[in-house]
Amino acid sequence: MKASIMSFYDEIVNLQSVDTEAVLDSVTTSQIARVLDKPELGYEDYLALLSPAAANMMEEIAQRAHKVTIRHFGRCILLYTPLYLADFCVNYCIYCGFNASNQIQRRKLSLPEVELEAQEIAKTGLKHILILTGESRQHSPVSYIKDCVSILRKYFSSISIEIYPLSENEYAEFIAAGVDGLTIYQEVYDEQIYGKLHPKGPKRDYPFRLEAPERAGHAGVRTINIGPLLGLGSWPREVFLAGMHAAYLQKKFPDVEVSVSFPRMRPQRGNYEPEYPVSDIQLVQSLLALRLFLPRVGITMSTRESATLRENLIPLAVTKMSAGSSTVVGGHTDSIDGIGQFEISDDRTVDQMRQVITGHGYKPILKDWHDLT
Amino acid sequence: MDDKLKIGDVRLDSRLFVGTGKFADYKLIPEVIKASGTQVVTVALRRVDFDIPKENMLEYLSPDVIMMPNTSGARNAEEAVKIARIARAASGSNWVKIEVISDQKYLLPDNFETIKASEILTKEGFVVLPYMSPDLMAAKRMADVGVAAIMPLGAPIGTNRGLKTRELVKVLIAEIDLPIIIDAGIGRPSEAAEAMEMGCAAVLVNTAIATADDPVLMAKAFEQAVEGGRKAYLAGPGVTADLAKASSPLTGFLRNE
Repeated sequence: MKASIMSFYDEIVNLQSVDTEAVLDSVTTSQIARVLDKPELGYEDYLALLSPAAANMMEEIAQRAHKVTIRHFGRCILLYTPLYLADFCVNYCIYCGFNASNQIQRRKLSLPEVELEAQEIAKTGLKHILILTGESRQHSPVSYIKDCVSILRKYFSSISIEIYPLSENEYAEFIAAGVDGLTIYQEVYDEQIYGKLHPKGPKRDYPFRLEAPERAGHAGVRTINIGPLLGLGSWPREVFLAGMHAAYLQKKFPDVEVSVSFPRMRPQRGNYEPEYPVSDIQLVQSLLALRLFLPRVGITMSTRESATLRENLIPLAVTKMSAGSSTVVGGHTDSIDGIGQFEISDDRTVDQMRQVITGHGYKPILKDWHDLT
Repeated sequence: MDDKLKIGDVRLDSRLFVGTGKFADYKLIPEVIKASGTQVVTVALRRVDFDIPKENMLEYLSPDVIMMPNTSGARNAEEAVKIARIARAASGSNWVKIEVISDQKYLLPDNFETIKASEILTKEGFVVLPYMSPDLMAAKRMADVGVAAIMPLGAPIGTNRGLKTRELVKVLIAEIDLPIIIDAGIGRPSEAAEAMEMGCAAVLVNTAIATADDPVLMAKAFEQAVEGGRKAYLAGPGVTADLAKASSPLTGFLRNE
């Protein structure tokens, strides 16, 4: 693979100097009408779609986004579920329920417990799983997570990881062990805010986290899911930078399937109130703008959002949804009680979600990759 | 008149191949197959769920159509070969549509890796139909290694933009001694007819049928368009005049003496 000299960190340093607020205020509705007429959009067009002017043309934008999504993805929604392996964490993200300073009972699944959770999830028919740990190399070392992967491979055809950022070699190890996807959220692209929200711990290293998808890309991962945690920074700016990050990854790693999530801050332990709350309208505007900017990028919607909102989003640009989720370690097996990373809003079962998606004239997809390793 | 499409040892009446991706409901697939009259259906192994019969696409295919697994998701020859082997073991069909795509932005195929995969799989007894960018030299290499047909794209997958590669495909039709089947890009029956009129042996259609408001009716429309286009090709269309007859002829001064 041809390596580009510029990492996304170099690019974002330039992008951060763009006065997004000023650009957004200057956008007119006739400009949006012109954007909607273009076959392909540039980054200026993407930014324009995040403007107040574009908010007044949501229906037109939605109609176009709907068509573009169907053309590239069909009426299909891929379902997956998260599996929390451990919640030990050494970071101090002031917005997170797993924050190291929170005095909560922490735990890590034993390998037999992982197997029980896998069996429970497999009963739902899901084949795509996302495994998560809190960020603690000491409690959840690479070797432990790899052991979990070797169990999970018996039950699932696609395994993604959402763990602490790794080196390229470590990503390669995971890929060899059967992991095909990486999920990693920058949380907040604004580097200054990032510094404030991550006062200590290894996560303070902004570029190391930002460049994690690139290291995974070099290691040969198949899918990469990125995103900002909406509520931590100004939303148009965060959505703009996340879209630019996705565009960068698509260009640099053309064989990787890139997806983006726009998770919104949910109530969680520690009672952090988001400084930049994001409304439903703003969330939808973000999804639609990204769809028009990057027609083939996957868009993931988690159970953080309400059942009603998720249903309304089915025809609007979304291509992947989590279902039957629990953010509690051991949450898929009944016997275990615990504290989750954040509250689930849509607690419907996988079966119920399948019926809902089918009811909207869409096909719930349970399997979209066949393990070749 | 005997106008069969020969692929390997098989002779087909229908020149419309159908893809099974992007359907909102698998239950539509048997109806679409029936309405289209197709005899060859392609299925992505990555989407086949062998554990749940209702989710297993293969359960929706009648035994009288040829199942052509495709290697969707393969990023190189090695992955395509692995997928083809798994698909053959699972489905019992030795047809394979090789699809190697290392570009997720435009979904353009990688001809180089496709040639490598074709060579390996033809040696293993597969009936190989490679999806490719219409390039004469790549098509020749594929023909040399023993593929059964060549499947150039009309436009990138899912774009429904029609036969944008027309001039390059014409070269393949003229120079390659194998069926040339347009795969990807055909958005309307009229474009399928156009491809058939210019001498393509068949077309493969997925998105345009799967995402139509009425996929079954659209399948029928494609069947008729493909048949119409083929008949026009066989009939030999009349010569069309590019220029109106000039009112001031340039050779009017010449007289028979």
